[in-house]
Amino acid sequence: MDKSRRRFMQSAAGAIAGAVAPLESAQALRRENKQLPPNALGMLYDSTLCIGCRACVTACKEANDVPVEQPAHLREWNVGVWDSGEDISGKTLNTIRVFTHGTKEQKDRAENGYAFIKRHCLHCVDPSCVSVCPVSAMLKDADTGIVTHNPDACIGCRYCVYGCPFGVPQFQFDEPFGKIAKCQFCEHLQKKGQIPACCEVCPTGASLFGLVADLQKEAEQRLSKQPGDYYEFARGRLGDDRPTHEAAIPEYQSHIYGVKEAGGTQIRYLTGVPHEQLGLPKLPDESYASLSEGVQHTLYKGMIAPLALLGGLVYLARRSTKQHEDEE
Amino acid sequence: MTQSTHQPLGGRLLTKPFMLFALLFLIAVYFLATRFMFGLGSVTHLNGGYPWGIWVVVDVIIGTAFGCGGFAMALLVYIFNKGEYHPLMRPALLGGLFGYTLGGMAVIFDLGRYWNFYNLLLPWYAQPSSVMFEVALCVMAYILVLWIEFSPTFLERLGLTNARQKLKRFMYVIIALGVLLPTMHQSSLGSLLLVMGSQLSPLWYTPWLPLWFLLTAIAMGYGIVILESTLITNAFKLPSEQRILSKLSPIVGWLLAGFLVLRFLDLLTRGQVAPMFGADLHAFMFWLEILVFVMPAIILISPARRTDQRQMFLAALLLLGAGSLYRINAYLVAYDPGNGWSYFPSAPELMVTIGVIALEIMLYLVFVKKLPVLHGTRPA
Repeated sequence: MDKSRRRFMQSAAGAIAGAVAPLESAQALRRENKQLPPNALGMLYDSTLCIGCRACVTACKEANDVPVEQPAHLREWNVGVWDSGEDISGKTLNTIRVFTHGTKEQKDRAENGYAFIKRHCLHCVDPSCVSVCPVSAMLKDADTGIVTHNPDACIGCRYCVYGCPFGVPQFQFDEPFGKIAKCQFCEHLQKKGQIPACCEVCPTGASLFGLVADLQKEAEQRLSKQPGDYYEFARGRLGDDRPTHEAAIPEYQSHIYGVKEAGGTQIRYLTGVPHEQLGLPKLPDESYASLSEGVQHTLYKGMIAPLALLGGLVYLARRSTKQHEDEE
Repeated sequence: MTQSTHQPLGGRLLTKPFMLFALLFLIAVYFLATRFMFGLGSVTHLNGGYPWGIWVVVDVIIGTAFGCGGFAMALLVYIFNKGEYHPLMRPALLGGLFGYTLGGMAVIFDLGRYWNFYNLLLPWYAQPSSVMFEVALCVMAYILVLWIEFSPTFLERLGLTNARQKLKRFMYVIIALGVLLPTMHQSSLGSLLLVMGSQLSPLWYTPWLPLWFLLTAIAMGYGIVILESTLITNAFKLPSEQRILSKLSPIVGWLLAGFLVLRFLDLLTRGQVAPMFGADLHAFMFWLEILVFVMPAIILISPARRTDQRQMFLAALLLLGAGSLYRINAYLVAYDPGNGWSYFPSAPELMVTIGVIALEIMLYLVFVKKLPVLHGTRPA
């Protein structure tokens, strides 16, 4: 090994060591979490108000023109009447799941109780699906923060399905020309001045539409009341003139799910049963996109590192091929 | 005839093994036709929790790592200036050519919306923050580079000496790109997992993923070089390349040893000792993987073992097995989407993967028999 080669190898080794050393503390490479857009729209889902009627599921199917779902193992007793999808899927953008324990005596209790939980897109503040999509098929609105999908751009790689920490985007595996299915917060209805179909039909206001900032205040207010206190629960859109209904404040879990999870979302969940038991995963405050983009942007910033490496490689390859020719 | 000592092997093409591979390929074609008519779900066990199965992990992620022979050899031959390893270069490049070209092909039938594939190349759809975007462009570019790197073989066969000479003048740029591009996308195959967070077991989820994937890709590339050289020199009674291999082996052996040390240091610094000793599938697969990495490292480092052809053949299989296991573990075993989802490939899904590998071997045989890929002559 001659001197210049040794020098290159040394500096290359130094560069590699320098590049990987910060990986030790992943925090160092993270970019900042993205911020909630100014007019972020969202939903407050209060599990204690939900009666499991699934009117929101049916309304969602009609509004978004997705077919009724009948899993094969339930087809024997379900002869075509009921939609019996068990979770969100390529045909179901929104569904209500039930948690049960022991004797299932009391609603919204973890021990010998049961509770409902709504499943659909949480419209993350810093969404993994938007970050991972190679063709910009997942888009987050800069103003309302709603995450939409553009099937004309989508190549069907399903990285969004793999990457979403909530398991929300779903691919239609049963179709020859399948596409990604995902709640887009009834963007098409909102353009016509309406609200998302699930919030529109919810009889108890368990799904409540509104500005995220207002919904946050509403959630905090419900938490500040004593269990048993009577409270006026809004329906449809928070702040509009639909009749409210009066009910007792239940025993809420003190944590409002969706505020900080994975960098924050635009959905707020109030529940009586701990979140993890309802399938809402425990997630860090940092968005996952902030790490993967942080690492990627550090390595490929302005393509400087790859170009520098290429320069070194060209130099060495040139010398090497020249020597081969001389030897020949 | 030409200035090179590479020669086509010649010989009959339609041998019995060749026909068997052809049959396996035809079975795969049948299931692929089903896939295109009735959707991915009609052939695979892919589901809402496991959107990526063996067509991604084996055909593309492991398949391209199997194609890293050309990359590993280019790194050793040109960059470390060991000209004497030249005879292994062309067969290694050929393996890369098929590993990557067929990996790229596999992407097409795995893509749910393959007819939109070209959107990756349209600037208004580009999403540079996406690791997938970088991998896609980088792999496409590398497939092109591989064909150019390999093209002297065609040019020699066709007797186009002039074109061959012209190409030779800027070949060093192509060679440099042939090292840069796999460095980029093989490490990015690890970066793809950085967004997974708590969906991956902490035994595999680390910010070092890109480096781990790069190092193991080089090890696998070297494994395929040993494998090719052993199989071909034995099958076609060519002069052994053992002497050359035993010089490269300690480099790769120590690389592996370094990787293993770093891997444990990382687990220690992240405070993930407990999951290593859990009584579950993750811990079992982790130690199995570590074992399969340690064994070839020992063979490659030990001077007595690395000169033994049988041990080297074993080392090659172990290198490829370890790297493959690492990839399957990181992408599928370590991954838990929750909600009770599970995945194991269906028989048709496996047959498609097997068929792709069969096609790769068939093409390899056609190429070494018809084109000047291999060094030296077959004794009469």
